[in-house]
Amino acid sequence: MYDIIGIWVGAFFTLAIYSFLYKENPIYRLAEHLVVGISAGYGMAITYQITVKPRLIDPLLSGDHWILLIPGILGLLYITRFIPRISWLSRYPIGFYMGTAMGVGFPLTMKANVLRQLEGAMVPLYQSGMAWYEVTGNIVMILGTLAALIYFFFSKPHKGLFFGTGSKIGIWVIMVGFGATFGFTVMGRISLLIGRIQYLLGDWLHLIE
Amino acid sequence: MKRTVPLMIVMVGGILMMLQYFIPHQISQTVFAYYTDWTPIIVAFALVLGVGSLTRIHSHKIRRKAKNWQYSYAVLIPLFGMPILAHLWPESISGGMDSPSIFHFIFMHIQVPIQATMFSLLAFYIASAAFRAFRAKSALATVLLLAAVVVMLGQVPIGELLGRWLPETGLWILRYPNLAAKRAIMLGVGFGILATSLKIIFGVERNWLGGAGK
Repeated sequence: MYDIIGIWVGAFFTLAIYSFLYKENPIYRLAEHLVVGISAGYGMAITYQITVKPRLIDPLLSGDHWILLIPGILGLLYITRFIPRISWLSRYPIGFYMGTAMGVGFPLTMKANVLRQLEGAMVPLYQSGMAWYEVTGNIVMILGTLAALIYFFFSKPHKGLFFGTGSKIGIWVIMVGFGATFGFTVMGRISLLIGRIQYLLGDWLHLIE
Repeated sequence: MKRTVPLMIVMVGGILMMLQYFIPHQISQTVFAYYTDWTPIIVAFALVLGVGSLTRIHSHKIRRKAKNWQYSYAVLIPLFGMPILAHLWPESISGGMDSPSIFHFIFMHIQVPIQATMFSLLAFYIASAAFRAFRAKSALATVLLLAAVVVMLGQVPIGELLGRWLPETGLWILRYPNLAAKRAIMLGVGFGILATSLKIIFGVERNWLGGAGK
């Protein structure tokens, strides 16, 4: 019974969202507002159950983790944002978060976005047993990365053999990349659409297996 | 107090967190553990700000009977109803599918279908966007169009029917030129993040302070 009612409710809201394809209407607007309320409420419930209760409230109530009062009070300072006279106090928790996030993120970004990417670009152009399309691919990948980087380098005018030609090749590589990404995104959205149609025709109406 | 102390909190925290990565001493690891334990607690309170703003906007709309004010109830009721339901059935959060409850029902049969359908709705709009973007007006637009068409056809059965070369070329585009463009962008983003991080840590970038209390 639980599942049957669930599928009918799910089908109703699926159709409510698709009704927007015709035009904006009260049923769509209801679904749109509901999803905002539910996701914020869900986020609140999960954050309390997974973070606030086990990490702050339970240890504090157990009576031997009084040091946790510091993050608790810092967190509460966020609320001063609603009181204009003392709203500047909200900068303290924001500052704590910013400092931690920037400091922890710095070496990780250096590793993931810079060093690993450079390492990934350093591949042999040719090795015995490599197919021709792999060799071509590696050449395209290395020169393409360099050319696209030149395109994004704005400290020098894009003129001359290195910067001029490099940036011209770079824009071609970037266009191929954007096209591929766009095609990939379209296919992702289409598979979601197929999933919803399968839900309506299969789970709800039982017209397909 | 209003600006200097927050800037110092950022600087001290930022430098300590950066240094602990390179100095794996017991003291630095303890400081790191405190910071990483406390941060989720502090960040969790930021949700109160979001919920407070949402409540203020929608209760204001209801009070003023603004246009479409009735829908504000559809935001406020689940906003406060969901945490209450989660409190009544806490096992539905940890138990998931095995512990059906009203909380679980609302999430699985209202939230999930609406979000999945909203994302799938983009398939229609992305198609019309593609039509506008892909008009082969120039050589560069033609390259964009060709890459997208080959990648798309390469992923569907009709692509394979047209010829084995199509999915293979699609894969080649994804693995090499696409990777080159993505890698250059990733490197650019990486350097951008590093520069911004340093600017924030050393107080050069202060926009995050906002205008609260000057």
